[in-house]
Amino acid sequence: MSNLVDVENLWVRFPTRTGLFDAVRGVSFSLGKERLGIVGESGSGKSMTGRALLRLIRKPGIVEADRMQILGHDVMSLPEKEMRKLRGRDISMVMQDPKYSLNPVMRVGEQIVETLSIHEKVDKKLARQKALEMLEAVVIRDPERVYDAYPHELSGGMGQRVMIAMMLIANPKILIADEPTSALDVSVQIQVLEIMDKLVRERGMGLIFISHDLRLVSNFCDRILIMYGGRIVEICESGKLDQATHPYTRGLLNSMPQLDHKNERLEVLNRDPAWRDQESVSGLL
Amino acid sequence: MKNLDGQRKWLSIPPIVRKPISTLSTIVVTMVGLLFITFIIGRVMPVDPVLAIVGERASQEQYDATYIALGLDRPLLVQFFYYLVDVFHGNLGVSIRTGLPVFEDIKRFFPATMELATIGTIIGIIVGIPLGVLAAVKRGTWIDQIARFIALIGYSIPVFWIGLVGLLIFYGILGWVGGPGRLDIFYEDLVPQVTGMILIDSLLAGDLDVFSNAFSHIVLPASILGYYSLAYISRMTRSFMLEQLNSEYITAARVKGLSEARVIWKHAFRNIGVQLITVVALSYAGLLEGSVLTEIIFSWPGIGSYITTSLLSADMAAVLGGTVVVGLVFVCLNVLSDILYRLLDPRAKQ
Repeated sequence: MSNLVDVENLWVRFPTRTGLFDAVRGVSFSLGKERLGIVGESGSGKSMTGRALLRLIRKPGIVEADRMQILGHDVMSLPEKEMRKLRGRDISMVMQDPKYSLNPVMRVGEQIVETLSIHEKVDKKLARQKALEMLEAVVIRDPERVYDAYPHELSGGMGQRVMIAMMLIANPKILIADEPTSALDVSVQIQVLEIMDKLVRERGMGLIFISHDLRLVSNFCDRILIMYGGRIVEICESGKLDQATHPYTRGLLNSMPQLDHKNERLEVLNRDPAWRDQESVSGLL
Repeated sequence: MKNLDGQRKWLSIPPIVRKPISTLSTIVVTMVGLLFITFIIGRVMPVDPVLAIVGERASQEQYDATYIALGLDRPLLVQFFYYLVDVFHGNLGVSIRTGLPVFEDIKRFFPATMELATIGTIIGIIVGIPLGVLAAVKRGTWIDQIARFIALIGYSIPVFWIGLVGLLIFYGILGWVGGPGRLDIFYEDLVPQVTGMILIDSLLAGDLDVFSNAFSHIVLPASILGYYSLAYISRMTRSFMLEQLNSEYITAARVKGLSEARVIWKHAFRNIGVQLITVVALSYAGLLEGSVLTEIIFSWPGIGSYITTSLLSADMAAVLGGTVVVGLVFVCLNVLSDILYRLLDPRAKQ
C-alpha cells in the first residue's frame, strides 16, 4: 500500500428538484508519487472529485465510495477531527482564483502562518520566518512587504503564489491543484506552474492537477485521466497522448489549433450521448 | 482644464487635513438642507403659529404685533436665513408649549431617548448577532427555523400591542418591573443631572437605590426596543454570513484544516464587519428617532414624544429643534461608521 491516494467507485450526488443529479459516477483511480492530471470540460466532475477527496462536499451533497484512502486513512469513516488534521498537513489544495480564495481582510502573512500554526506548535517568530522562507520559495522578490500586504494589494500571479505558499507551508504529501492557472494572465500562467512544479518535485509530493487544458496537463503530468460526464473515459501516459483512442480525447486533441500546421479548419467536437453510459475506466495502480 | 487644476490643488492638501474638511462640509450641507426642508414644511403647513400663541380671542392689534415680532412679515428665505444664524449660535428658539428654550427642553428629553435606544441596541447586538450567525451556520435546521421565527415575530407584531401586553403582565400582574415613566415619583430629582441618563447619573452619584429603580423602569421598554433591533440585526447577520460562508476563501480555510469555529468567527465573521456596522448604525438611529410609540406607551419623556406633542400643538420651534438634533445624530452616526469602515476593511483605506 504505497499509494498516496486510492479511490474506488466514487459517486458524488446532489439532490435537485428533478431528483438526484450525479456529478461523479463511479470513478476509480490511485495516485502514486506522480503527477496525475484530470482533464475534462466544465461539469465533467473533475473538481467535485478533488473536493470529495478532501471531504469538502457540503450538505446536501452526498458522497459514496467503496474505498477512499489518503495515506492509508479511510476518508469515508474518519472522524471530522482526524480529517481536519489530514487537511493542510497531509493533503492540500490550490484553488482557481486568488481573488476569491484568499481572505480579503486578513494580511497575507497571517493567512500563511495560520496553516502552519494549527498543525504544529511553533512560536510566532519561527512561524514568521518560515512563512517568509515559503514566500521566497514561490519566487516572491520582496517577502517582507508581501507578508504584511492584504490580498487586494497583490496581482493575480502574486496572489496565486501566496496561495501555493499557504497550502504548502505545512509540508503536505499530496497537493490538489484545481485549475490553478485558469484565472491568471497567459503570461504568468507558465511562471506559476513552474514554481508549483518545482516545489512538488523537490518535496517528493503527489500532485493531482485538475484542468480543462489538455495541452498544459500533458506538459506537466505523468498520467492523465480524461473525464466526461462524471466518468473516466480514458487514461493516457502523457507522452503517448497522440495514441489516445477514445473519440472524446481524439476530439479534444483535434479541436486544438497547432502552430506548426497550416491553417486548416479546426474540427468541431461532436459529443456522442453513448459516451455517458460507457463503463468508467479504472485509474487504479 | 481649470477644474482639473482645482482638483489637483485640493488633492495636494495632506489627507489628514483634507478628510476632516470634506467630512465637515458634508455635515454642514446635509444639515442646512434638512433644516431648509423642515422649515419650509413648517411654514407652509396650514397651522397659524400666531394663533397658537395669542389664542383665538386676541384682538387684531395683538395678532399683528405678534405676527411682526415673530418675523413672519418677512420673505420666507429671509426668515430661514435668520433662523439659520440663530441655530449656528446655538439658539433654537423658545418653545411656546413649555415656555422654555428649545435647547433646554432637548437637553432634558434627548438623554432619555438615548438611554433607551442605547440599551435596546446593545440587546440587539448581543443577542441578534450570535443568533444570526448561528442561523446561517445551521441553515435549514430547526435552529435556523426558530431564529427566523423570532425575527419574523419582531417584524410583524406592532410595538403598541406588545408594549401594553408587556406592561400588563410584567408590571400589572407579576410586578417584576417598574411601571411607566423613568422613575418612581419618590426617586425623582434625587441625583444631579450630569449626562441626563439616569442610569449613568445615579452611578456617578453613587446612589444604587435610584439606579435599581431606574433599571426596573427601563428594562421593559428597552427589551421591547431591543427585540425589534434584534429581529432586524439577526436577519441581516444571517444573510451576510450565508453570503460569506459560500465563498471560496472559506473553502480554502477549511482546506487548511481549520476548525469550524475558527472558519466561522475568524474568517467569515471578520468579513461582515463593515456591513454589520451599517445595519447596527441604522437600527440605532432608527431607535433614536422612531421610538415614538414606545415612548408614549411607557410615558417615557423622550425626544420622539417631544417632537410629536410639539407638532400637535403647532410648536414649530420645538419641532425644528428636535429635527436638528435627530438629523445631527444621523449624520454623526454616519461619520462614525465611515471611520469604523476604514478601521475594519483594509480595502477601504486608500
